[in-house]
Amino acid sequence: MARAPRPFTPKVVTANDLLEGDVVYLTEDDQWTRRLSEAEIITDEAHAQLRLLHGERQPEVVVGVYLADVSQGDNGPEPTHFREDFRRTGPSNYPHGKQEVSAHV
Amino acid sequence: MYKYSEFDDAFLAQRNAQFRAQVERRISGALTEDEFKPLRLMNGLYLQLHAYMLRVAIPYGTLSSAQMRQLALLAEKWDKGYGHFTTRQNIQYNWPKLRDVPDMLDALAEVGMHAIQTSGNTIRNVTADHFAGAAQDEIADPRPYAELIRQWSTDHPEFQFLGRKFKIAVTGAPHDRAVIKAHDIGLQVVEQDGERGFRVLVGGGLGRTPMIGKVIRDFLPENDILPYLEAILHVYNLLGRRDNKYKARIKILVHETGIDEIRDRVEAKFVEIRPEFSGSDMDVLAEIQDYFAPPAFTDKPLDAYQEAYDSDPVFRAWVDTNIAPHKAEGYGIVTISIKAHGETPGDATADQMRLMADLAEAYGHDELRISHEQNVILPHVHKADLPAIHAALKEARLATANLGLISDIIACPGMDYCALATARSIPIAQEIATRFDELKLEHEIGELKLKISGCINACGHHHVGHIGILGLDRAGVENYQITLGGDATEDAAVGTRTGPGFSAEDIVPAIERLVRAYLEVRDSPGETFLQTYKRLGMDPFKTALYEEEAKADAA
Ligand code: HEM
Ligand code: SF4
Repeated sequence: MARAPRPFTPKVVTANDLLEGDVVYLTEDDQWTRRLSEAEIITDEAHAQLRLLHGERQPEVVVGVYLADVSQGDNGPEPTHFREDFRRTGPSNYPHGKQEVSAHV
Repeated sequence: MYKYSEFDDAFLAQRNAQFRAQVERRISGALTEDEFKPLRLMNGLYLQLHAYMLRVAIPYGTLSSAQMRQLALLAEKWDKGYGHFTTRQNIQYNWPKLRDVPDMLDALAEVGMHAIQTSGNTIRNVTADHFAGAAQDEIADPRPYAELIRQWSTDHPEFQFLGRKFKIAVTGAPHDRAVIKAHDIGLQVVEQDGERGFRVLVGGGLGRTPMIGKVIRDFLPENDILPYLEAILHVYNLLGRRDNKYKARIKILVHETGIDEIRDRVEAKFVEIRPEFSGSDMDVLAEIQDYFAPPAFTDKPLDAYQEAYDSDPVFRAWVDTNIAPHKAEGYGIVTISIKAHGETPGDATADQMRLMADLAEAYGHDELRISHEQNVILPHVHKADLPAIHAALKEARLATANLGLISDIIACPGMDYCALATARSIPIAQEIATRFDELKLEHEIGELKLKISGCINACGHHHVGHIGILGLDRAGVENYQITLGGDATEDAAVGTRTGPGFSAEDIVPAIERLVRAYLEVRDSPGETFLQTYKRLGMDPFKTALYEEEAKADAA
């Protein structure tokens, strides 16, 4: 039986910052941002591969580059899996990580 | 106390300088991540979900107050003011920055500590009973053996590239507090006809395929320990599977080959290599044993202690729950719970670490231990000093009287930190502890070991929990599987699954139903949860978990 091609789910390029270890996302203008809401949403498979490659070519800036599933929300990309939700927020037992940063802003 | 000399100062300094240069080369781009990763792992540096993590070895869980203070300093200076003590008798720092790690390693070296070899397919940090040298039921202090094994295995050329990591645990007492049956090799000191030796177990382990270790030798004379271990490792190196990482542990080899054939091969190899051991290893052992000589115990009047015990119910509850019998007259073993209700199991702040160091210095012969149950121990305390210790601990929220009770939970970092996790474990532990504290039931429930892992790697020992909880990812939602009847002691057993798992919202009520069912069906308050489970089996618990839930849904 022929399988229908699965529709491409939107993605962001994400990684950890080499020096801080903090979660980062690739923006449309080739910056690494700490906020998922500022990440570039990629809706095309071929473009996703290009953007992934672009991230992977910066080993002196980031580590562990990969494509993460997202959905389009009102404020930019939203995680579709709880793991990515924790990554963009921080741990749940202390207000550390990104929650700490956003609390100060 | 023993001055740990795994690596001399010069070696540590050189190793740290080397890593500092590697970090610089990674930052400059001269090293790729693929090149750097094995180097950082060798130095205890992992990349987690939100940050790097540095894992520092605490050999056989033994620390001096100066070392504990240094751990506090690291927490304050380079982390967020706390550290996480783990079931492997390590401490993990969850927030170091890459550039700071070389400084952290230098600071550790100042007190003879390091993060070396806590990763890789080598013989890992040998663990021992956390009550070593103090327990009333002990035949011999297991730490000299652990230390001998460590000295022999560290940088042993044959054992640097094993099929998989290899874990050894040693207990000197019949009551097993070191979970030796869940280690690749477990050693129990025994005596036979006045001669000292070991009962040797092999092939235990948790993880995705949990196995209880099997006896390979009922009695091995003390002198033969190293050649016998070498024979086991040799057989493992020769026969163990290297094609599949999940099948590479010795437990799989023992399981697939059968303990009898493994024994035959080990015994044959043992006979062959034994003459190569001249006995100088036993001279080394004697030297190590001198270092581990017990402190000079003293005699003090116990009147004030007795009066506090009789008049202060909070103090009495703490003594009854957290103090274990000591081999020396008038002494006790103090377990400081770092599991205050609602806190993260195993976490201690820098201030708490310093206080515990101060107490160890003032009252505890300058010695601290880290237990695999993620608590801190003052192994040698005169009971006369307990009221003062309790008062100081209370101030620091360290006087929780919950040892061995349902809120004394082992929990791995889970998805709050760990990159491998499939679900969170810490918040589940926090909620269960908080709930049972609200119910004020835990002392009535009595001994109950609850253990939680955030994935199948089983770092939280869930398989051997009386109640085990395993967090999984079921179609993008956290789901918690329950096992019952696990046991981490000399009667080690792997728990049995109750059935379908529960959501993050439903898992705490499910545990409550389970425990209430136990309270209803136990034959007396003296029958523990585990005993009731063994007597009645799964049925009453399944009913409580699933039928009552169905009823509630229908209502
Ligand atoms: C957070 C970073 C951690 C990572 C990446 C990690 C990874 C792993 C992996 C992959 C295994 C399975 C190994 C195998 O079966 O061959 C394992 C086993 C184990 N881990 Fe961890 N772990 C972490 C933290 C911890 C912590 C915090 C503890 C203690 C609370 C711990 C204690 C253990 C134990 C006791 C085992 C042994 C299971 C066995 O006997 O097979 N780990 N770990
Ligand atoms: S059991 Fe899994 S989630 Fe927990 S620390 Fe180990 S690897 Fe991480």
